[in-house]
Amino acid sequence: MNKRSALAFAAAGAALSLGLSACGGGGSETKPADGSSAAPAAADAFNAGLEAVFNPSDKKGGVLKMAISEDWDSIDPGDTYYALSWNLVRIYGRSLVTYTPAPGAEGRKLSPDLAENLGESSDGGKTWTYKLRAGLKFEDGTPITSKDVKYAVLRSMDKETLVNGPTYFNDWLDLPKDFKSVYKTPDVNTDSAIETPDDQTIVFHLKKAYGGFDNFAALPGTIPVPKDKDTGVKYREHPVASGPYKFDKVEAGKQYTLVRNEHWDPATDPIRKALPDSYEISLGVNADDLDNRILSGDLHIDLAGSGVQPAALGRVLGDPALKARADNPTGARTWYTSIVSDVAPLDNVECRKAVIYGADRVGLQNAYGGEFAGGDIATGLMPPSIGGWKKLDLYPTGTGDVEKAKAALAACGKPDGFETIMAYRADRPKEKATAESLQQALAKVGIKLELKGYPTGDYFALYAGKPDFVKKNGIGLATNGWGADWNDGFGFMSQIVDSRTIRESGGNYNISIKDKEIDAKIDQIFTETDVAKRDALWGEIDQRVMEQAYVLPSVWSKGVLVRPLGATNVFVTGAFDMYDYLNLGVQ
Amino acid sequence: MVTYIIRRLIGAVLMLVIVSMVTFSIFFVVPRIAGATSEDFASRYMGRSADAEMIAVTAEKLGFNDPIPVQYGRWISGVFVGSEFDTGATVEECPAPCFGYSFIKRQPVWPDLVDRIPVTLSLALGASVIWLLGGVATGVLSALRKGTIFDRAAMSIALAGVSLPIFFTGIVSLVIFSYGLGITAPGGSFTPFLENPVEWAYNLLLPWITLAFLSAAAYARLTRAGMLETMSEDYIRTARAKGMQESRVVVKHGLRAALTPILTIFGLDLGLLLGGAVLTESTFSLKGLGDYAVQAIVTNDLPKIMGVTMVAALFVVLASLIVDLLYAVVDPRVRLG
Repeated sequence: MNKRSALAFAAAGAALSLGLSACGGGGSETKPADGSSAAPAAADAFNAGLEAVFNPSDKKGGVLKMAISEDWDSIDPGDTYYALSWNLVRIYGRSLVTYTPAPGAEGRKLSPDLAENLGESSDGGKTWTYKLRAGLKFEDGTPITSKDVKYAVLRSMDKETLVNGPTYFNDWLDLPKDFKSVYKTPDVNTDSAIETPDDQTIVFHLKKAYGGFDNFAALPGTIPVPKDKDTGVKYREHPVASGPYKFDKVEAGKQYTLVRNEHWDPATDPIRKALPDSYEISLGVNADDLDNRILSGDLHIDLAGSGVQPAALGRVLGDPALKARADNPTGARTWYTSIVSDVAPLDNVECRKAVIYGADRVGLQNAYGGEFAGGDIATGLMPPSIGGWKKLDLYPTGTGDVEKAKAALAACGKPDGFETIMAYRADRPKEKATAESLQQALAKVGIKLELKGYPTGDYFALYAGKPDFVKKNGIGLATNGWGADWNDGFGFMSQIVDSRTIRESGGNYNISIKDKEIDAKIDQIFTETDVAKRDALWGEIDQRVMEQAYVLPSVWSKGVLVRPLGATNVFVTGAFDMYDYLNLGVQ
Repeated sequence: MVTYIIRRLIGAVLMLVIVSMVTFSIFFVVPRIAGATSEDFASRYMGRSADAEMIAVTAEKLGFNDPIPVQYGRWISGVFVGSEFDTGATVEECPAPCFGYSFIKRQPVWPDLVDRIPVTLSLALGASVIWLLGGVATGVLSALRKGTIFDRAAMSIALAGVSLPIFFTGIVSLVIFSYGLGITAPGGSFTPFLENPVEWAYNLLLPWITLAFLSAAAYARLTRAGMLETMSEDYIRTARAKGMQESRVVVKHGLRAALTPILTIFGLDLGLLLGGAVLTESTFSLKGLGDYAVQAIVTNDLPKIMGVTMVAALFVVLASLIVDLLYAVVDPRVRLG
């Protein structure tokens, strides 16, 4: 390259970097787009949306714009298993009970929605009765009865047709043996599971007692579905609204729009404000562009609710004006490494402890993106937002304690260390970084790890979640993570600590915890109807898991959310650890 | 001419059949060789809560237990006569041409493709016009003014254009022009041409320019090289010696000869673009075929990937056919027999 063209090139480069710095400073405008000042300036601070309602307002009107970088499983309330979807579904559907629209821990409490009150239990927690409010209507004006709720619950249990939802009702309701599904065996009497003595009353009968049934009643599966409008898999093309909004346009993979449902009566609904005139939800929006649009005020909400992308993260944390618009909630999700207790020498608790002592806990936090985007260093399996959580302090959380690890190894009878295999999901860079951090840290205490990556899609079905594969291949450590279905001990722990959920055929999320004492405590919880006592028992289980060193927790997950410009009633709900989508409004 | 076209059309159909076989093998045969079972295929279409029994039932229902040729035959026959899928509650129809049925999204692939073609078409046509005109004009001028500041500046910018990836230029230009200055449309904007042509062009302006910038650069450099070569040929000297107007010399004799290779890559580029400008569409959140392919790959939705691959292949094959026919027009030395 000769001198002159080198100069031209340098000029082009300078122009480009000017453009870049322009983009760095372009989003620092924090005033609401229309200049109104409904919010006190003092509220504009980092994490202000965690414990207080930001921009509280009852002003109606406007279009609330939401977007998401992919698409989620389904808008059919009986066919969805995403937290964002369970949060959003409440603008068009009403379940028997739902989470109170309030910031922080208050948001984890249940409020009656379709029902007049929370569930009334009898028969020692095996029977649960709800009474519907009067005057409820679907979007076409037909009245909502308890039979529509019953039908909705039964249809959501057909996992051949509606594959995505949870299986709590399948596992707990006392259904007759000859009932297959509402589609295949529509004439089988199902009163042994759900009774509807009149149009206002619905009674659930469980196989065994469960004191926390209200959490089941809050599942989207109890959102009523009119039987004559049910089109099976096609119902997702237009779920019939029972909430204040109904679908106007449904274009899978592109966009959804919702407009007001004129048959929703505010008199029947003490918890919803129903402020915007409509909702515009764009799907498949470029993730980085989505962040930029929220920062500039062109969009209100990133539906995924998991935080900004790495590109925007530096910008948000580095700019005080933008950081003041950010909230950094801790989700009910833990990223951890299972220490497989039936693969030698990890069948000895001291060897398992050596792994935890030797691990570089800061390195593991960094593997997940550090303090803000990754999360706080976890000292237990159960995240802090779960009832019954107490801070455990059994192991140091520094960069690895070689002395203690060596002492534990000696106690285990392996003073020179041992070799084992660590599994991770090959296409997840954060899990790969976790495995590499662990490999380096444990090498210092003499534990040699061989890292093996497996495909995400089949990680639990065929590899780490399949007991005989794990044993045959001598996998001692397997990194994974778990998020709560709802924020209580049962919603978080039941699938990952109960040894009786483990199936030989694979697909297990409980990889390492096989402990009779824990199983006994879980049985005790099921019959306990006192919430505080139940919570305390879950806390004890968490302690036992750590004492026995069944898992090495990395982080309790966090994400950086940015509060929208020009939206009202913005706060992080403790139910989903993202912005509450129920009562957002437009300024 | 007619026999040539017929011959080429038969070739094109054969090509598409081969492409369909190769794509089918990549998704349905290669994983089996690597040890995947019918249940593994089926588990993709099941939720988190599916148990082994449920997955086995689904594998049987979706026909993953059948021999490979039967599965391929079913796919092909779907294209011509349509198919039906039992979803448990209802039987869903996938009318011909059934380029697959997405078991994840519970809908046939073909209507999706048809729905998205206008977006991709709009993006590709607009961008290609800009880059062809811009690139060729810049190239010709650079060649005629070889060594001047214009030539060097144009070629440097061209180099930058080829080097900068669109997911970078796209995001940066959106931040500057759409969110900063507010003169262009935000990401994801699209209005059908027939609804409002002005808004259609306004919404697509930024993606067009960003995409065109990338290709125009290559065309400018190619045109410049071609022009420099032809302009030093003997027949150009002869034309000038005859006293022909300089503009006629450049356009009729110089450019026409230099255009042949340009036309070849233009045809292929356009064909590829019609199959989906993957990066541009996902950067600007445009709901075209490229974006569809990305979403399908991310969600592991094989029938969608199959469908979009076939449409993309169709466009490339068609484009190269048209290019071959255009050769005869541009270059008199080519005669089709």
